Amino acid sequence: MTIALEIKNLHASIGEQPILKGINLLIKQGEIHALMGPNGSGKSTLAYTLAGHPAYDPTAGQVIYDGQDLLEMEPDERSRAGLFLAFQYPAAVPGVTLAKFLRQTINSRRQAENPEDSGISIPAFRRLLKEKMDMLGIDHKFAGRYLNEGFSGGEKKRVEILQMATVEPKIAIMDETDSGLDIDALRVVSEGAMRLYREMNMGMLVITHYQRILNYIQPDYIHIMLDGRIVESGGPDLALKLEEEGYDWLREKYGITETA
Amino acid sequence: MADIERELTEEEVVAGVNADYATKYGFSDVEDYFFKAKRGLDAGVIRAMSLSKNEPEWMLDIRLKAYEHFLSRPVPTWGADLGEIDFDEIYYYIKPSEREGDNWDDIPSYIKDTFNKLGIPDAEQKYLSGVAAQYESEVVYHNIKKDLEEKGVVFLGMDEGLRQYPDMVKEYFGTIIPFNDNKFAALNTAVWSGGSFIYVPPGVHVEMPLQAYFRINAKNAGQFERTLIIVDEGAYVHYVEGCTAPIYSSDSLHSAVVEVLVRKGARCRYTTIQNWSNNVYNLVTKRAVAEENATMEWVDGNLGSKITMKYPAVYMVGEGAHGEILSIAFAGKGQHLDAGGKVVHVAPNTTSRIISKSISKGGGRASYRGLLKVEKNAENCKSNVVCDALLLDPESRSDTYPYIEIDAEDVTVGHEASVSKVGEEQLFYLMSRGIPEDMATSMIVNGFIEPLVKELPMEYAIEMNRLIQLQMEGSIG
Repeated sequence: MTIALEIKNLHASIGEQPILKGINLLIKQGEIHALMGPNGSGKSTLAYTLAGHPAYDPTAGQVIYDGQDLLEMEPDERSRAGLFLAFQYPAAVPGVTLAKFLRQTINSRRQAENPEDSGISIPAFRRLLKEKMDMLGIDHKFAGRYLNEGFSGGEKKRVEILQMATVEPKIAIMDETDSGLDIDALRVVSEGAMRLYREMNMGMLVITHYQRILNYIQPDYIHIMLDGRIVESGGPDLALKLEEEGYDWLREKYGITETA
Repeated sequence: MADIERELTEEEVVAGVNADYATKYGFSDVEDYFFKAKRGLDAGVIRAMSLSKNEPEWMLDIRLKAYEHFLSRPVPTWGADLGEIDFDEIYYYIKPSEREGDNWDDIPSYIKDTFNKLGIPDAEQKYLSGVAAQYESEVVYHNIKKDLEEKGVVFLGMDEGLRQYPDMVKEYFGTIIPFNDNKFAALNTAVWSGGSFIYVPPGVHVEMPLQAYFRINAKNAGQFERTLIIVDEGAYVHYVEGCTAPIYSSDSLHSAVVEVLVRKGARCRYTTIQNWSNNVYNLVTKRAVAEENATMEWVDGNLGSKITMKYPAVYMVGEGAHGEILSIAFAGKGQHLDAGGKVVHVAPNTTSRIISKSISKGGGRASYRGLLKVEKNAENCKSNVVCDALLLDPESRSDTYPYIEIDAEDVTVGHEASVSKVGEEQLFYLMSRGIPEDMATSMIVNGFIEPLVKELPMEYAIEMNRLIQLQMEGSIG
């Protein structure tokens, strides 16, 4: 069955500050959506609100994921249900190795299904990790390194995609995964994501400033966000228009000042 | 793939372990003792103890002198609150059985059962060079591997050490921690019983650790073990101690004194996993002297007890000596752990490092209290102190009291302290990958202490992780 993420008139605030002002969006498995927009338009807020960050408060509207009320679910439940967020700035967790962390992500899923489950066996996990690391060109030494501690920007992004490949989500949100990547890293990361898209019919919401990543991850739909709303949606050519003309024509069209 | 493999073996062993203090350590035995002194302390109790131990006259003299000093010294008011200790309620000497043995089958079966439940004989078989087990006031079992004995390594209960090596004990006893050092060192000197006596001859490396396990069983018991370790030139030993007690509503008192002499070029590592039940006052004095190019390392894990005051010290008296103190404290509900360390640079070109990690939860309080002292003429010393605290909730508390006294030139000193809350961002990040909140918190806490835990031998690292896990679940005490 095809899983869908349906966002209906979503409003969200950080503290007292309203950021999202009525988002409507439908993402189905197998579809690639790009969400573009200038800094401060609320793109990352949407990503965090969907993932359930406690500082982001949904004040109105609804999000239905696979028939369930997503906003009522804890962040870990959302993840186990198949929603994934690739962070723009993933936190470092000192003392917790990447291997230990990834194994726990798998075991948490198994134990949510069956509390008696003793977890993935070491040989099986080792095979899985080796395969996924090789696919993303990640040195095996990273398995023993503390999660994101001292990782370069590019390493963090690869490791986000490694996590995505490990938990195999149904719908993935990639929050500015392209920022801070050189062209080679961008290609590896994008190819990794596309492979999951093809193999598992994953749905994707790719948040980005730039057209560049969309050369590798080719979207079916482009949405443009301004001041907490999606103001334009269209096909791939919309991204090219933005690349050439910037956002000013949209601001003008919707009467939004730069510092909104 | 070796890295992945190494990561996993340890975790595999830890996985699935889940017990609680009450069933695992909190049990108690019916008292069936050879001799139990009356409650409270006076010179008569001390004389009776000394007589029953058949000690030399000089030891009785020191005990009585120390007792006088104990009486004259006020209870310290600078650390944790010790105002509630009722010294008259304590039993100062309890001798559970008539003799100590080197065979588990020779000791009373209920005591043997206790140590079996605590896994000591099993550990002895698997990864230790020798074991001493103390029950109440007396060492009931001690044994060391034959090959070490043949090399001249001595590992005895302190009382047995005094009987077999009276001259050596007389030469060193109380020289590193004199009876008038502090009120609790005075108390220990007055009523000491049990503890370990260790001598490692020059050049001998004791590859696997020697372990002592201390168990309090009776209500209102006092345990005052005394340990003396001499590591001769170029030798090496790793001594590990663990301790537990039943859970009672009334208080018990544990006040140990540990003296360590590390001779030229020798190395001693002393690891403690303190897991007393939450009705035990744990007031311990530990001090080592490191001679030329010697290394002393204290690895000090404090999880249990009602109140702990303990600051293991290293005096670097010879050039090139190195002192190291790694300290972990995890204070839960109703606990105040005032721990830390002291490094004293007496000789030039000496180096030291203190790393302290404390975690507080459920209203618990953990303090770091440390002294870094560089004496006059101790030029070109280097010292680094790092203390990090992690608070798991707003009710808990963490304090840092670093004292630094430098009387020499050309000294390099670093000091860093940090306090952090379990980061919302870290917690959210782990949860966003499907890991439930309690597991995610526990991973962050384990990660926080990981740099210290990895200094422990594998078996103790596993034990430490397991204890942290229990403390996280709030089931201790």
